[in-house]
Amino acid sequence: MAGQALLSARGLTRDFRGFRAVDRVDLDVAPETVHALVGPNGAGKTTLFNLLTGFLPPTAGRIELAGRDVTGLPPERVARLGVARSFQITSLFPQLSAREHVQLALQSPSGLGWRFWRSAKLMHRYRERADELLAMVGLGELAEAPAEALAYGRKRALELAIALALDPKVLLLDEPTAGMGLEDVDRTVDLIARVRQGRTVVMVEHNMSVVGRLADTVTVLQAGKVLVEGPYEQVRADERVITAYLGATDAAH
Amino acid sequence: MTSAVDTPADAARPAAPSGLVAVARAPGWVRYALLAVGLLVAFWLPNGLYPAVAVDILCWALFAVSVDLLLGFTGLMSFGHAAFWGTSAYVTGLVAIHAGLPFPAAVLAGALAAALLALPIGYLAVKRAGIYFAMVTLAFAQMVYYVANEWRSVTQGENGLQGVPRSFFGADLSDDYYFYYAILPIVLLGLLAAWRIVHSPFGRVLVGIRDNPARARALGYPVHRYKLTAFVLSGFLAGLGGGLFAVGHRFVSLDVLHWTTSGKAVIVVVLGGIGTLWGGVLGAALVVRLEDLLSFSGFEAIGLVTGGIFVLVVLLFRRGIWGSVAALALRWRRRS
Repeated sequence: MAGQALLSARGLTRDFRGFRAVDRVDLDVAPETVHALVGPNGAGKTTLFNLLTGFLPPTAGRIELAGRDVTGLPPERVARLGVARSFQITSLFPQLSAREHVQLALQSPSGLGWRFWRSAKLMHRYRERADELLAMVGLGELAEAPAEALAYGRKRALELAIALALDPKVLLLDEPTAGMGLEDVDRTVDLIARVRQGRTVVMVEHNMSVVGRLADTVTVLQAGKVLVEGPYEQVRADERVITAYLGATDAAH
Repeated sequence: MTSAVDTPADAARPAAPSGLVAVARAPGWVRYALLAVGLLVAFWLPNGLYPAVAVDILCWALFAVSVDLLLGFTGLMSFGHAAFWGTSAYVTGLVAIHAGLPFPAAVLAGALAAALLALPIGYLAVKRAGIYFAMVTLAFAQMVYYVANEWRSVTQGENGLQGVPRSFFGADLSDDYYFYYAILPIVLLGLLAAWRIVHSPFGRVLVGIRDNPARARALGYPVHRYKLTAFVLSGFLAGLGGGLFAVGHRFVSLDVLHWTTSGKAVIVVVLGGIGTLWGGVLGAALVVRLEDLLSFSGFEAIGLVTGGIFVLVVLLFRRGIWGSVAALALRWRRRS
């Protein structure tokens, strides 16, 4: 079925000084699905994300995007090819306004960024689209605010707006609800449910209720290896998963 | 290129203090008033100071702005910018002496040579960040210094290049007072270029790279190539200043390539205010004027005074002079 996957990994492995963080992972992300990566801390989820987006070169293995080998490409090339990511720890440009963030993302493929002899006002050509995206994530009123002045939940929303501005084939979200209050979690889930239309989303998520509400497919990682993969209900019922990870969460419900 | 540089952990680095935002938020009339005052001072300067000192201020202003372009707007501290300032000084001197071109052409040749030199040095240096970037640039600048020291047939070694002419279509520019006005348009053009770069789409990307290189890469920006472009542009501007300095002094000594020259450029920018562009101009004026004052008074330990002021400013006014004033003005505006 690998031929149908939009993003796939084969035997993906990453070592850190003798410690194997990601161990021969095979992954197939089908187009227009939400694919969740779950697992206990240290299972290798974020490392896998960094491998898929070029932020880390793999020790071994192969990554394909729409049938094209993208293994070992630098992150900016991977981004250009249509893989946009958010970061687990909010990662913005503190002094730029929300609108400037989105404009920078929209400008990225155009080559306008090289024009050191032109006025920055040229970036206003992206203003309308930027404001649309900001409105979509609920930041319509805060377009002028510098990123450092935004509340935590708003920063996460801005992250999403930037990723969407790249009009990606695949959207990789690293713990989009991490550190959020219940209300923000609900809002973010609604938002992802809206933006997933016509898109492919891969998300690392700890919150199993979020996974249940959004994910079509769930891959459970443990100690760098794929433990189980399948639809949410099936994975949730799997005994190996319950022992490894879900047990504690379920008991808390 | 494929190593794990700029991993997301870098994002936690705090942003450099910047006056850019404060100035950009200042109302239009304030900015035009500042521009008018700046131009007035620039036109008046050789009437209030020794013209030779005023010429040095102009050259150092360009040098400081070139360093701030990297330090303040790209987040790269070059500790080897003397390589570009000095290389341009030598090339300008040699072209002026041997080709007999008008001095602006010689200076342009010098600046282009500096930009050309910045290409390989920058290519290797931008792969490192922080202190490692500073060390790589310093190491290359030291190499250039030793080459100039050994290559006596061209550079005259410790004797220096003597008799750099100020030829300009037969005009008599031997008086520093007139020479000042001859180079002022070139310096203003250089400063305008720096201003344009900072306020261009490219400049916005640079600020993004400065504040969060990992995020910039995730947006699809090839960070190394952007840094390299900024480095070469900065090398050109430093070269512009160095070339004018050579013609201004009619003499090029090895000092122009010495590491203390690189250090002084960084000090001037920190004093004036990192990431403020005009702070570098202010810092250049103060440092050059102060050094002249002290040397005129017969005071021996000039470095002790400038160093002491530097320490005070860094401890008390982290944003430098321009940055502190801009921050104060912003606070005052918010209160009223």
